[in-house]
Amino acid sequence: MTAVTRPLSSAGRLPEPFLTSGTSSFTEFLAGYAPELMPSSARATGSVALEAPHGTTIVAVTFPGGVAVAGDRRATMGNVIAQRDIEKVHAADDYSVVGIAGTAGLALELVRLFQVELEHYEKIEGTVLSIEGKANRLAAMIRSNLGLAMQGLAVVPLFAGYDPETGDGKIYSYDVTGGRYKEQDFHAVGSGGMFARGALRKFYRDDFTAEEAATACIQSLYDAADDDSATGGPDLMRGIYPVVAIVTADGHRTLDDDEMSELVHRVVDARNTRPDGPEAPLL
Amino acid sequence: MTMPFYVSPEQIIKDKADYARKGIARGRSVVVVQYADGLLFVAENPSRALHKVSEIYDRIAFAAVGKYNEFENLRVAGIRLADLRGFNFDRRDVTGRGLANAYAQTLGNIFTETTKPYEVEIVVAEVGDQPEDDQMYRLTFDGSVADEHGTVVMGGSADTIGTWLDEQYHEGMDLTEALRLAVDALGRDADPPREIPANRLEVAVMDRLRPRRRKFRRVTGTALESLLAGTGEDSA
Repeated sequence: MTAVTRPLSSAGRLPEPFLTSGTSSFTEFLAGYAPELMPSSARATGSVALEAPHGTTIVAVTFPGGVAVAGDRRATMGNVIAQRDIEKVHAADDYSVVGIAGTAGLALELVRLFQVELEHYEKIEGTVLSIEGKANRLAAMIRSNLGLAMQGLAVVPLFAGYDPETGDGKIYSYDVTGGRYKEQDFHAVGSGGMFARGALRKFYRDDFTAEEAATACIQSLYDAADDDSATGGPDLMRGIYPVVAIVTADGHRTLDDDEMSELVHRVVDARNTRPDGPEAPLL
Repeated sequence: MTMPFYVSPEQIIKDKADYARKGIARGRSVVVVQYADGLLFVAENPSRALHKVSEIYDRIAFAAVGKYNEFENLRVAGIRLADLRGFNFDRRDVTGRGLANAYAQTLGNIFTETTKPYEVEIVVAEVGDQPEDDQMYRLTFDGSVADEHGTVVMGGSADTIGTWLDEQYHEGMDLTEALRLAVDALGRDADPPREIPANRLEVAVMDRLRPRRRKFRRVTGTALESLLAGTGEDSA
């Protein structure tokens, strides 16, 4: 124990808001102390729709004991592909993930804030928020972005996670006004969401394993990419595959490239013989 | 005309320091020990909910003794500062040194500006990739900072415990050995030494080998009992 007392550079004392007790929400603290850092503080002027990269399709599929969430890798700016390897599915905390569709820049910032929000609460309160609590916090954040959404810069995430109270996966979707909707079994959002949802309706079974749920995600994203120009299909030449996250009681896990390569190649091989994907029974 | 009593500045500072020291000395101690794979925090604390040791950021932990509402205040402020910096810049830009600085300024300011100083003593510890990158800062009620190595003891019988701990401590201990030493040390505030049962211990580690971004981990329940018994730890 060698104690060397020494002056450190003077950075100034912590300002009063830091020492004021009350909120365990980082967003509330940020809005009070440094509102300019809030994603919603951005103001777009003018009425011409801004050309900004948009993220496209996100799908989520539940299975007994968890949920799989996947997103394609494309961001578009009008007719241009803005990025071909964007990651749109992010871990919000150990037991939940959020996939983003809509204006990519705002959405990524929102996810970053959401991640800090959840961790901040956990550290201050010493306990994690319930899954509904997390879903509601995200709803409030989306609502604060309403002004920009009205100008065409909408953020529409899909939130999913493992609920330790019921032991299963839950999915929540949102609208631009912060409306929060609990989805049953599976859901898809974004420009190709409609097509993915149609496909999932045929693929979905309630006894999926985690791997089957991941495969259903890839299949539905394939169908979305087939019909929606803004959704990217798997890029086998470059090795760019959809991002698939699995959330179970063990926490969240993003499938690595090797696992994805195998799943994607299986789907693509099957499509070589039947391009429209597996056949569903008529009755 | 009444004249106010003159009290010399030396006397004011001394009175405040004595007051703070007395407050801190009333509480049980907290021990921080550097072991091979990280930093170990052990506190005697019968409460499961009111923690003396907690996580500030990915690699930074906080331990405190003294008045609960005061160090809780500092803890929350530290989390806010760390999360704000991490959000504004990047996670890597949040450092234990920066946080220790902010605490030092704050405590120093409170000590000189207000009539009642904070009755707290805190440790800000950051775990590095290598043992030599570990950092431990001990901050006292008046804002002085000490850069510590190996072990830190704060609280009621810090001197007795600290002296004993320093004699026994050596670098590169494993977790089981470090925990046994720390618990043993905490019991040395009485003569003959007390034995502190597991349910009165608050134990946490900053584990540099933890395969997560956040290195902080509480050791509780059966994991703590088997670690105390020396039968290793269930993967927690």
